[in-house]
Amino acid sequence: MMRRLTQRFVTGLLLAGAIGCGTVQAYTLEEFTFEDPARAAEFRDLIGGLRCLVCQNESLAGSQAGVAQDLRKEVYRMMQEGKSRQDVVDFLVARYGDFVLYEPPLKPSTVILWFGPFLFVGIGGWLLFRTLQRKKAEPEQDLSEAERTRLQQLLARTGDHQD
Amino acid sequence: MKTSATRALIPLGIFLALAALLFYGLQLDPRKVPSPLIDKPAPDFALPSLKDPGQTITQDILKGKISLVNVWASWCPSCRQEHAELMRIARDNDVQVIGFNWKDNRADGLKMLQQFGDPYLVSLYDPDNQAGIDWGVYGAPETFVVDQEGIIRHKRIGPIDRAVWESEILPVIEQLQ
Repeated sequence: MMRRLTQRFVTGLLLAGAIGCGTVQAYTLEEFTFEDPARAAEFRDLIGGLRCLVCQNESLAGSQAGVAQDLRKEVYRMMQEGKSRQDVVDFLVARYGDFVLYEPPLKPSTVILWFGPFLFVGIGGWLLFRTLQRKKAEPEQDLSEAERTRLQQLLARTGDHQD
Repeated sequence: MKTSATRALIPLGIFLALAALLFYGLQLDPRKVPSPLIDKPAPDFALPSLKDPGQTITQDILKGKISLVNVWASWCPSCRQEHAELMRIARDNDVQVIGFNWKDNRADGLKMLQQFGDPYLVSLYDPDNQAGIDWGVYGAPETFVVDQEGIIRHKRIGPIDRAVWESEILPVIEQLQ
């Protein structure tokens, strides 16, 4: 009994280790303190919208990578100096490129990215509209006299089965 | 009215275009982020030398000669992998190879150079990623080709081997000479 418990405990520890694997050290955002709560919220919001270039599916706020920690510190330092959000973004874009932004800026090379989806919805809508128009334009085919009689017969027969 | 045969080919055409686009996308490596610093002057820096803490090195070292600025660290396996090729490049070519020891500690960095040789004219020592951020460094190894006027002309992300040197870096250098 005791042994099983120990085994479980060790397994648990190993699993916890596996989850924590790959992290150099745990970090929290608590080391970054601001006197003004609005500024703190701005900081969190800002680093949440910046990409960590090492682990590209993580934001600067969420990444454990060393470079992400350095950049968090840099962003914090700039904000403590009273720099605006735009200053920080410009600083990072000048060094790492637009790729640090999760939301790409609108410029000639990204027009397709921003408006492509609307273009496709437009094309789809146009095709749908055209097809419907064509359907409407086609004259409805009336039944011939023979078909009409046959239809009446069939309907009458169906009626017979109703109790 | 189009014939139904041509109409039937439209979905195939759309499919092929999409397949070509996606296939092209597969060839791209999202880890290789283009640097906005290309064709811009190398960022200013003032860093101590790895070997001589008392000596401060600035961007002036990049003037007058074509330089390879190689970001490396002792903790980085790919840096060891490219080390022999850097030794060869420094020996056989008329470029100065500048080391950029990044997020490392002095003792480990020096030990690596002692063990595998030192291809660098000098190594900058940047343990806290001070200048690294200005250079847009986000991993090691990275290598910048800087021209005689101190302007960054190329950035290689990842290790350099003989093939990369010949197909990617040497042509840039030959154009600058």
